[in-house]
Amino acid sequence: MKYLPTARLDRFLEDAAKLRKIYVPVDGEQNRAAYRLWMPGTVVSKALNTTRSAKDFFFPQTENLVGFRRTEKKLEIVDPRRETEDFAVFGVRACDARSFSILDKVFLSDPADTYYANRRAHGLVLSVSCRRPAETCFCTAFGIDPSAPEGDVTFTDDGEGYYVRANSEKGEAFLESLSGVFDEADEAGEKEARAQTKRIADRLPLGTLPLEKFGGGKTKDLFDRPEWSSLSESCIGCGTCTFVCPTCQCYDIRDFDTGREVRRFRCWDSCMYSDFTKMAGGNPRLTQKERFRQRFMHKLVYFPENNGGEFGCVGCGRCLRACPIGMNIVKVLKTLAEDGNES
Amino acid sequence: MQERLKARARELLGDGVVTRVLGWKKGEFSYDITPAVFESAEELERDFVFDGFCGANLSKYLIQEASKPGKGKILVFLKPCDSYSYGELLKEHRIAKENVYAVGIPCEGMADADRIRARGIDGILGIEHEGEDFLVHTLYGDERVSVKEALAERCLSCKSKRHASCDELIGEEGEDVPDDVRFTEVARLEAMTPEERFEFWRGELSRCVRCNACRNVCPACSCENCVFDNPASGISQKAAADPFEENMYHIIRAFHVAGRCTDCGECSRVCPEHIPLHLLNRKFIKDIDELYGAYRAGESEDGKNPLVSYTEGDVEPSVVNERGRA
Amino acid sequence: MNPETMLPAICTVTEIRTDTPDVKTFRVVSRDGKKPFEHLPGQCAMVSLPGIGEAMFSVTSSPTDLEWLEFSIKKCGHLTEWLHMLEPGMEVTVRGPYGRPFPVDDELLHKNLLFIAGGIGLAPLRSVIRYVRAKRENYGNVEIIYGARSKADLVDYDEITTEWTRDMNVHLTIDRAEDAWDGHVGFVPNYVKELSPSLDSVALVCGPPIMIKFTVQGLTELGFRPEQIYTTMELRMKCGVGKCGRCNIGAKYVCKDGPVFRFDELGELPDEY
Repeated sequence: MKYLPTARLDRFLEDAAKLRKIYVPVDGEQNRAAYRLWMPGTVVSKALNTTRSAKDFFFPQTENLVGFRRTEKKLEIVDPRRETEDFAVFGVRACDARSFSILDKVFLSDPADTYYANRRAHGLVLSVSCRRPAETCFCTAFGIDPSAPEGDVTFTDDGEGYYVRANSEKGEAFLESLSGVFDEADEAGEKEARAQTKRIADRLPLGTLPLEKFGGGKTKDLFDRPEWSSLSESCIGCGTCTFVCPTCQCYDIRDFDTGREVRRFRCWDSCMYSDFTKMAGGNPRLTQKERFRQRFMHKLVYFPENNGGEFGCVGCGRCLRACPIGMNIVKVLKTLAEDGNES
Repeated sequence: MQERLKARARELLGDGVVTRVLGWKKGEFSYDITPAVFESAEELERDFVFDGFCGANLSKYLIQEASKPGKGKILVFLKPCDSYSYGELLKEHRIAKENVYAVGIPCEGMADADRIRARGIDGILGIEHEGEDFLVHTLYGDERVSVKEALAERCLSCKSKRHASCDELIGEEGEDVPDDVRFTEVARLEAMTPEERFEFWRGELSRCVRCNACRNVCPACSCENCVFDNPASGISQKAAADPFEENMYHIIRAFHVAGRCTDCGECSRVCPEHIPLHLLNRKFIKDIDELYGAYRAGESEDGKNPLVSYTEGDVEPSVVNERGRA
Repeated sequence: MNPETMLPAICTVTEIRTDTPDVKTFRVVSRDGKKPFEHLPGQCAMVSLPGIGEAMFSVTSSPTDLEWLEFSIKKCGHLTEWLHMLEPGMEVTVRGPYGRPFPVDDELLHKNLLFIAGGIGLAPLRSVIRYVRAKRENYGNVEIIYGARSKADLVDYDEITTEWTRDMNVHLTIDRAEDAWDGHVGFVPNYVKELSPSLDSVALVCGPPIMIKFTVQGLTELGFRPEQIYTTMELRMKCGVGKCGRCNIGAKYVCKDGPVFRFDELGELPDEY
């Protein structure tokens, strides 16, 4: 077991940055943290989480897929990809760390998305346990332990430093090459640090949620529930929840003509948008109710149905803070879990 | 105040003056309040809330709610700034006024949970109003923060405690607030060199995720099919294919609402990236005031918007040059 | 399928047939003059004009057509308007094949087949029909009920009347009477009920949603079970490989779990198409 005192975090990052690019959360205005490339002098944010999730590293908001050039009636295809550099992301919390395994189930299932796979292969996830979860956190409801996040390397925070543990060969090799910066420690300290986090996690107001009525096979029970109307009635149809969500992964593919070439790119899209399913011949989801329902049914029923019961939510709580009208998955869960025959 | 609003809503529902009430619904926490339509006294009793976290402007919902056939009149509660949005929508004939019963309610400013968090207070379980302070219960103990420090930016530069279009008022009518701080930030941007200003906006707008929350919440953005959603427009876009595009989205939007924006500040409230979008609109408001004389969009249901009416005294386009491109 | 699913093949349009006032059939080959890929009847491909857009179309040629792929495309939106302006020799991009085909080599083998199509809905079935004709001995009796708004809107009219009638029973109908038409007049669902096809056949239905709805109602009244009826669906698609989320209905993705569904499978899905 290795230990990294907080005072030596900078040295660790400095050494790590010599091996590969390393991204860390950095504070912006109003506690708004975002991942930035670490450079000497960069101050790592103490914020619980970043405003945007960490999915950007593997599934960026926009990404060029293929280019086309046209010369005298002939088309030419240009593969825009360059060799991806190795990189590491430090500070990923348990919720976001789990979101990667959820994204993997979509993007790496046959046929694998080679763009995503390439980034995953070059990325190293250095996760950090939570010491001060927020009231909006409910990762525990989905079986995620904020004291022991997944990732290639787990940093367990005890307030004065981190117990460092590799969970993968890639992580092992990374720690090996940086061994000079760590102290040796025994596992008892890590255990105690985890226990401290757990004591807070046990008091989270949303720490347990009524999930029994959700999951694969529940489409018929939930799809026509009348509560969808009232839950969605003031939804403004923006994509905020979708875009801050670490597991939302729907995308659009569009062409952008630069004049010299056509860039076919993909970009995040939202099932909350009115044109998400719009075709030349019509639109199967005509009102916001249907679009709203799709987003939650996907996370709570369809995704688990296709993925061995695992829910498509990690309880990071970003949507609880970001939704312009204060609607979110917790309210949806709680409302639908009630038996009521409200009409 | 919440109880007075509830009582009045119950009365108007009971008397049959209205069939529905557009208000705010309690959330899981103090701050996650949801606009909602209440149809019965029981629903009001259970879920209706009005306190210092009801920032959401309800006026835009009236476009839909007041046009539901056979649904009768809807009661809406409007804070002073919301009533200007309502007035502007009436002026643009976007709301069927005969189906609305607008009740003006006083506002002492609305708090923003993120400003409380910005003071290092986290794990917020509940917030109580105690005199000049909020007593904040958190997972990590109780904290105290003055109400003023928790106010949203738009409330610190409030333009008026006086309502525009309303059918009745609850509480005393307030007065206009002098514009002594409202344009401070705009003036600071004006004082920058064009290069500095460009950098400022590039930096801010670079965080945009194109979630469209600013547009969808904006009462002035009431087009049925936005140019950015219309594939036939040639500029339909969902995300920025290059950095210029995200700037274009916000600049086009600012131009489109110029002269109609009432400075309600919803755009900045809902932005998940805290981009100060209201400053773009406020710059237009300041310019309109300076070039055409003081004007408040939404103040009255009739009268002319200076940007869509012509008078001989109107400034010439060369004003931009004369003013040194500020 | 190419593992690089987003990199399409450049194909040349060698022939364009005008089928109806708003439907054209495009024959494409890859740059080396060969068939771009092998497919099964009912499968689709993404066809694009770079800079204009990309969309999913049913492959309407048969796997037994060895030298080319064909797509019958109705002009109904931005991309299809551009496609209709193409001339032979011009290039498009194609990637695929995608989706689950009609089970021509297992569940449909040796069965009596009943094809029911409305308008451009014949396009996805054309691939199956041509396949069945090429391997005629593998299937039982074949009935085709096909209707369109007018005679001019019947896709593949010449092929149907000169070739298909040789080894299959073809019943054509149009919505309203016309001078040059001495055949049946009326909507497809009603015509199906009138003809009262044999219950020991498998129905393959494709057309506008409203036509499918009433046809299946009619078939059910006649005694067809949902397990005897197949259809193919069309929803907006972007990636074609079950990831972009666009064509999601319930836990299924039309692009990879469909587009061909049996009606008992559709019954399990939420009513959202």
